[in-house]
Amino acid sequence: MSSNSEAKTGTPLVKRGLAEMLKGGVIMDVVTPDQAKIAEDAGAVAVMALERVPADIRSQGGVARMSDPDMIDGIIKAVSIPVMAKARIGHFVEAQIIQQLGVDYIDESEVLSPADFVNHIDKWQFKVPFVCGATNLGEALRRITEGAAMIRSKGEAGTGDVSEAMKHIRTINGELRALAAKSHDELYVAAKELQAPYELVLEVAKTGKLPVVMFVAGGIATPADAALMMQLGADGVFVGSGIFKSGNPMERAKAIVKATTFFNDPEVLAQVSRGLGEAMVGINVSDIPAPHRLADRGW
Amino acid sequence: MSLPIGVLALQGDFREHLQVFSRLGVDAVSVRTAKELGGVSGLVIPGGESTTIGKLATIFELFSPIKAAIANGLPTFGTCAGLIMLADQITGGIEGQETFGGLDVTVSRNAFGNQLDSFEADIKFKGVDHDVHAAFIRAPVITEVRTSEIRAELPDGRVVAVSQGNILGISFHPEVTGEDGVHELFLREFVK
Repeated sequence: MSSNSEAKTGTPLVKRGLAEMLKGGVIMDVVTPDQAKIAEDAGAVAVMALERVPADIRSQGGVARMSDPDMIDGIIKAVSIPVMAKARIGHFVEAQIIQQLGVDYIDESEVLSPADFVNHIDKWQFKVPFVCGATNLGEALRRITEGAAMIRSKGEAGTGDVSEAMKHIRTINGELRALAAKSHDELYVAAKELQAPYELVLEVAKTGKLPVVMFVAGGIATPADAALMMQLGADGVFVGSGIFKSGNPMERAKAIVKATTFFNDPEVLAQVSRGLGEAMVGINVSDIPAPHRLADRGW
Repeated sequence: MSLPIGVLALQGDFREHLQVFSRLGVDAVSVRTAKELGGVSGLVIPGGESTTIGKLATIFELFSPIKAAIANGLPTFGTCAGLIMLADQITGGIEGQETFGGLDVTVSRNAFGNQLDSFEADIKFKGVDHDVHAAFIRAPVITEVRTSEIRAELPDGRVVAVSQGNILGISFHPEVTGEDGVHELFLREFVK
């Protein structure tokens, strides 16, 4: 038994494939190796290594950048599950550095301060896969065109308010349905309106879904929030500040993992929602003035 | 075959496995509870994170029933994380990580490294009449085979597929490459 073809790394299939394996799972923001271990023990499918969770970035202000490589290394060493790390929008050198560290996924994230207000990173230049945020279908398709291997709807990070996550997944799913219903001769204008390449628009119109996995993010704080997003068709959830800004991170993390698997079972959801202690305090998105909304970053 | 094939649907790419069976015209259902496990003629344990799948199986009281069903001869097919769950021994797991077992092998988790080392390749597979297009994604390797039968290995000799009795375990993902040959083999040789 021998192989008759060379092994190929960094292919679109391999990049998108890892996201397929994360489906039905919870990806948790962690800032220390200890938190990463708690996340793994609670059943997270991956962790996002970052220096400050979005709630702290929001309250402390200033420019938010890539994390210290030592901190990312420490988290890679602490866990056996995939590790993701964030680069600023358009900051391809931060992405080069993070790839060098051997992370499993890069999040080109609006949670950090953007480095480029025009261009995103050309993600095809990397062997490591990227996940990018989107608030609507056009934005998701533009990120996929640039090489994103996974999409997460943005929500509004660091708030604990699920309403923006709701808005974005409903928008994306509604636009997918509308696109699938169009006749072939309407797709040229649809591509123009979505500001996305015609070939990709045609493919999505035919299949009725994105060609990559889509998680939701931004404001998920409770098991009910996670199940809500799963019932709306998310492939999985990111939980940022919601776990380690709550009263009992381990129990809350476990409960959100369970709720993400049994999202359709109210009996399980009722049971896992009990006795979790304080949820993160939260900020209503409507109280945040427009320039401070992170979801508006990305173009 | 009167009962459908079950696909363990706690976490991972279970939908892709269901789609393969649908393409092959075979009835398949997702399994999340012990009751659902009782109504299947074979079980697929999909790709995903083995730590997560193991924990969810324990929490939702599926761990012992699955272990018992496999030991009692339920035809079972594991891909990637599924192979880890079917190995009697694992290395590179987290503290206290348990498996369903059944394959007398040692499997090393994340044996190729991180995602940068994930790859795709065409391999020969004993029992499949064509080259199998395989995606290895943070894949495990079978480091000790013992009494199991080798089904596929890489050019460098690393073992990536084994079978034993009612169980087939592979370290890659035919379900994401549109490769249905290994599922056909499972149905033909194991489920019958």
